[in-house]
Formats: sequence, C-alpha cells, structure tokens
Amino acid sequence: MNILDHLRRPRKPSSSEIAQERLRLVLTHDRANIPPGLLDMLKDEIIAVISRHVSINADGVQVTYTEGPRESRLVADIPLQTGRRRNR
Amino acid sequence: MAGKVLTITSGKGGVGKTTAAANLGVALAMRGQRVAVIDADIGLRNLDVMLGLENRIVYDLVDVVEGRCRLRQALVRDKQLAELYLLPAAQTRDKTAVNAEDMVRICDELRESFDFLLVDSPAGIEQGFRNAIAPANAVLIVTNPEVAAVRDADRVIGLVEAEEKGPAQLILNRIKPEMVQRGDMMDTAAVIELLAVDLIGIVPEDEAVITAANTGRPVAFSGNSLAGQAFHNIARRLLGEEVPFLPLREPGLLNRLLRLVRAEGGDER
Repeated sequence: MNILDHLRRPRKPSSSEIAQERLRLVLTHDRANIPPGLLDMLKDEIIAVISRHVSINADGVQVTYTEGPRESRLVADIPLQTGRRRNR
Repeated sequence: MAGKVLTITSGKGGVGKTTAAANLGVALAMRGQRVAVIDADIGLRNLDVMLGLENRIVYDLVDVVEGRCRLRQALVRDKQLAELYLLPAAQTRDKTAVNAEDMVRICDELRESFDFLLVDSPAGIEQGFRNAIAPANAVLIVTNPEVAAVRDADRVIGLVEAEEKGPAQLILNRIKPEMVQRGDMMDTAAVIELLAVDLIGIVPEDEAVITAANTGRPVAFSGNSLAGQAFHNIARRLLGEEVPFLPLREPGLLNRLLRLVRAEGGDER
C-alpha cells in the first residue's frame, strides 16, 4: 500500500469517541425506558403485519427511537419491494 | 442560619463518593465552616477510615435512630479540625434500620449547629440512596469518565430530579489528562454534554488519594496534590466563590504531532 492510500483512509474513531457514541444511544434508550431489544421486536411485528398487505424489503426495515427537545418519536422506515419488472 | 445538607451520590460504586465526602468535609472545615459528614452507607461504613477516625467510634447513626444514645454522643470530632465531625454508619446492620424520615429528622437537628452537612450516600438507587437524598438541599453526583459510571450517573440525575432535589451538580472524578489527550478517555465537555448537567468540579486521577486513604488523612489536608487542590476548589465553589477549573495539562507540540500521525495512520488500535 502506498503512502497516499494510507493517508486517505478514513480515521478510525478514538475509544473516547466510541464511548460517547455508545453512551448517546444507551442514555437515549434508558431515559425513554425503551430497550433496544424492544425495537427489534417491534420491527419483526411491523414486518409481519405490513407484509400481509404489501410486498416489502424486510432486510431494509429500520425502526429507530429519536429524542428531540420537545418530542420523542419512533420512526419506522419500511422500503417497499421495488417493482421494476412491472413496468417492462 | 440553618446549615445546608449536601448529599453526595453516584449510582455506581467505586467512583469516589466517600473520598469526595471526606475531602469536601476537610476542605470546608479548613475554610472555617462547621461541618458534619454523615455516613449513610449502613452496613458498609468507610467514611470513618477515610478520615482516620475508625478507632474513636462509640455510637453510630442506627444507635441514634433507635434511641440508644443522643445525637451529640454519636458525633466523632476530627483529630485536627475542631469544626469537623463525623456521624458514622452502623457496620453490623443494614439499610432497613434507617428510613427517610429518620434521616430528615437527624439532619434537621444537626442543621442548628452546623454550616454544612455532607451525606455520603451508598451506591445504588434503593432504600439507602433514598434515605441519603431525603434530607438534601442539593445533590452532588460523582462520576468517572467511563461508560458505566456515566450511564449510572444519568439514571441517578433523573431520580434526583424526580424527587425534586435537582438540579444536581457533577463532580467528574479520576480524569487522566494523558488518556484524554490520546483520545482514549472522554473529556469533561463530552461528559457534561451527555449528562446535560452543571459541573462543580473536575478531580484528576492522583496517586496521593490512595496514600491518603492508606493513612486516613485526606488529600485536602495538604495543598500539594492536584486532587487536594481540586477538592478545595469545589469547597470554594460551594461557598459561592467563582473559581476557574484546574487546567489539565495541555497537549505539547510533540504529543499533538504524534496524535496527528496516529490519527492519519489509523492502524494502531
């Protein structure tokens, strides 16, 4: 590997940055009393319910909890199975 | 004027609550304040050994609660500071021997004769912790710049607010400037941002704290150690002085260059 490649590679986060990132997540969940495992469970159930009616890309489904200054919300991002073939 | 009750708590054990209570007691008493430090960790008392007073205990907090002695009889006077007293915890009982009303009643009585009552809380968030914060006018949270300690501090800050004892103030203990410089320890700004809390002190990791515990003479007695200075600064802030935070060592040019090279290389970790 030449030296330029070496310099161009993105910097690995320091262990302090990793700690901060982990804490940000864990404190968000602790404060809301929504354990991260609950989100996985919700995700599985959402996939099951929606799949009964619409074709979705189950691997791409994301359920996240976000905390804002005024409100907190659960966000479910559910990509549909893209129907490219349909148009051909 | 009636004294102020400050409870020192943390959630997690081993972060330096008792060390902070002992040193703030010493630092405040050295500044002319009448201080009683109260060990609320029933069954695991340690404030006595931190202050080197373990051989002078006759009665304890539970004896007072159960009426075996008067409050005055249980107070142990410091060997050097005439205005510093310890109310020891019982060693052979457990936290159920005392309840929140007992603590409030004892502190109300002591308030008459002291300027500051420092309550050293047990770790955890159960009865002992609740007893310790019940009489508080203000709460000091001790934490370390580590994931588990910060997480527990956040939980305790929430409970203190729920009990309407907030806003709590934070003592960030055992910070290692070299590790912060390397990016291997969270700095004060990061911890404060995560916890969204006011800072009242930063105490660097200092071997003198361990030798002080060995001898039962808290670091605040001598102004030589960084930790001792940090505790005196907290005492001054508690007395309403504006005191700048101790400068933790700035990274030198060599360190900054090394950090840059390491960061660019990215292979070390």
